[in-house]
Amino acid sequence: MKKTFVHFKKLAVSALVATTLALSVSGVSSAEERTLNVYNWSDYVDNDVLKEFTEKTGIKVNYDVFDTNELLETKLLAGASGYDLVVPSANFLGRQIEAGVFQKLDKSKIPNLSNSWDMINQRIAAYDPGNEYSVNYLWGTIGIGYSEEKVKKALPDAPVDSWDMVFKPEVASKLAECGIYVLDSPSEIIPPAMKYLGLDPTDLSADNLKKVEEMLLKVRPYIKKFHSSEYITALANGDICVAVGYSGDIFQAESRAAEAKNGITVKYSVPKEGSLMWFDQMAIPKDAKNVAEAHEFINFLMEPKNMARISDAVSYANGNKASQEFIKKEITSNPAIYPTEDVLKNLFTMLPFDSKTQRLVNRTWTAVKSGQ
Amino acid sequence: MQRQFDWGRFLLIAIPFLWLLIFFLLPFAIVVKISLSDTANALPPYVPTLNLSEGWSGITSFFSQLDLESFAWLLDDKIYFLSYLNSLKIAFISTLLTLLIGYPMAYGLAKAPQRWRTVLLMLVILPFWTSFLIRVYAWIGILKPEGLLNMGLMSIGLIDQPLAIINTPTAVYIGIVYSYLPFLVLPLYATLEKLDQTLIEAALDLGCSPIQAFWKVTFPLSLPGVVAGCFLVFIPAMGEFVIPDLLGGSDTIMIGKTLWSEFFGNRDWPVASAVAVVLLLSLVVPIVIFQRIQERQREAEA
Repeated sequence: MKKTFVHFKKLAVSALVATTLALSVSGVSSAEERTLNVYNWSDYVDNDVLKEFTEKTGIKVNYDVFDTNELLETKLLAGASGYDLVVPSANFLGRQIEAGVFQKLDKSKIPNLSNSWDMINQRIAAYDPGNEYSVNYLWGTIGIGYSEEKVKKALPDAPVDSWDMVFKPEVASKLAECGIYVLDSPSEIIPPAMKYLGLDPTDLSADNLKKVEEMLLKVRPYIKKFHSSEYITALANGDICVAVGYSGDIFQAESRAAEAKNGITVKYSVPKEGSLMWFDQMAIPKDAKNVAEAHEFINFLMEPKNMARISDAVSYANGNKASQEFIKKEITSNPAIYPTEDVLKNLFTMLPFDSKTQRLVNRTWTAVKSGQ
Repeated sequence: MQRQFDWGRFLLIAIPFLWLLIFFLLPFAIVVKISLSDTANALPPYVPTLNLSEGWSGITSFFSQLDLESFAWLLDDKIYFLSYLNSLKIAFISTLLTLLIGYPMAYGLAKAPQRWRTVLLMLVILPFWTSFLIRVYAWIGILKPEGLLNMGLMSIGLIDQPLAIINTPTAVYIGIVYSYLPFLVLPLYATLEKLDQTLIEAALDLGCSPIQAFWKVTFPLSLPGVVAGCFLVFIPAMGEFVIPDLLGGSDTIMIGKTLWSEFFGNRDWPVASAVAVVLLLSLVVPIVIFQRIQERQREAEA
């Protein structure tokens, strides 16, 4: 079931891309049937929570998924996306707020906001001053997922806690035999790559990007694929042994491999050279048709037990402090999910790029991927 | 009576023109307008340089400030030219392969006994009942290292290492040839089926071998079908996005993917539109010229 879901998700994403016409999900709601159109990341919710929301409120949820911020952003900027609630990452959210994509939240309709976590809200304020437009859904890190047995076989003393795994040709060439996937997301791979090179990741000048490009081109031959969601299945099935990806996705791969009992143990590490921390934020587009329902949905998710179930299902930390006591122990005590002070020191965040920087970063990425 | 007849005639001609106007020219005009605009962090993410609400002064200031920067940008970075060339190459080779496979198919269809033809034609059309996307996706399952093809070949001992097909240009060729084959077979079949059998009999009577008769009679007469079919494969293959995205690797650069990354990755709608305009012109112009030449040839022959 999980597997078909992954396939379907990929299909859905591609379908949306293929039909450049943004077919708006029916925003028309009759008086009797209340609906809510949610657009969220793939593999990112506990379906039972959605079901319960519908049972409790009678609001039917149309749930669509994407797997890159770029896809979501283009739909939002084109306008009339038809969605009532979307979940962009904070650095994208920042510039989308500036572009006028979102409406301010009516916090009086979200009493459960009192459960939110100040530590997270403060960090979000860098993107969304005063937390006026968004509420944190989940947050996590970028890191390295690897299959313990396969890596051991390919390279017994592999530096699993370091970016050397993928950025050092001598190591990557060994691991290439069992397969390396990397997130297809320039804004999330290039900053850690700069950190690895000892450069300031906020200084995305042409010179610095050139250095990153040179470094990445050296390991390019050892990277099997750049993709933002396929690595969950690939890692769990043992098709690959190393993936640079989102923390929770890799934990999902871990539990799928454990369920399948296929002799594969997936592990996750935050590289010691430093990595990215990201936040995915719930926000309501300006042209949303079901604004009241969207607020109700946010409020429902912000109930500690509901948010806890989502964290349990997808292995990501959330911005709901009160939910922590209901989350499974193995999640709250895992320093890679709820980082300790030590791990936090290695994590950094990125502010939105201006359009010129964005182009430079993307061009570097194209150069790395295609060799052109 | 007379008036009614004119009305019908007018409608008959007007409907396709209206169709082209609404679904081709108008969107194209919008794309051209965006290609001349400037990017902005706004909703939508560009600022039009043409302001019609200011009347004549808006139009004059538009022309005085026209800088075509999006088009100039296309020359600045070699990626656009490279992906255009690569698309041209992939579309050309795929069309050739499709023709090589499609011609015998269409020929066989046309020569098949009448009672079989409907069934065989159905088989050609049948795949359309499944979504294009799902059919392309199915190829991933067939071509991947642990997929049907590799497992099959390994189990009969033909290979002992899985063939690396998925995420290579080969997979893109397979995807395009498979997806567009019916578009070539159907027009070709229509031409071959109408072919006057007595001409071939005459050629055989006059001493041609069957192979000579094919090359001297059948093939030249089927050329209109070949041309129509090839266009139907070549043009969509040129701008193909889904197949290279799903089956190709990250080094398979095609203009469709480059356009996608301009639009989605860079949020640069003006440059994306400029790519689209150039792509369209570079396809439409040669095709129009080609058709003119053909027409003139036909007139000369007649």
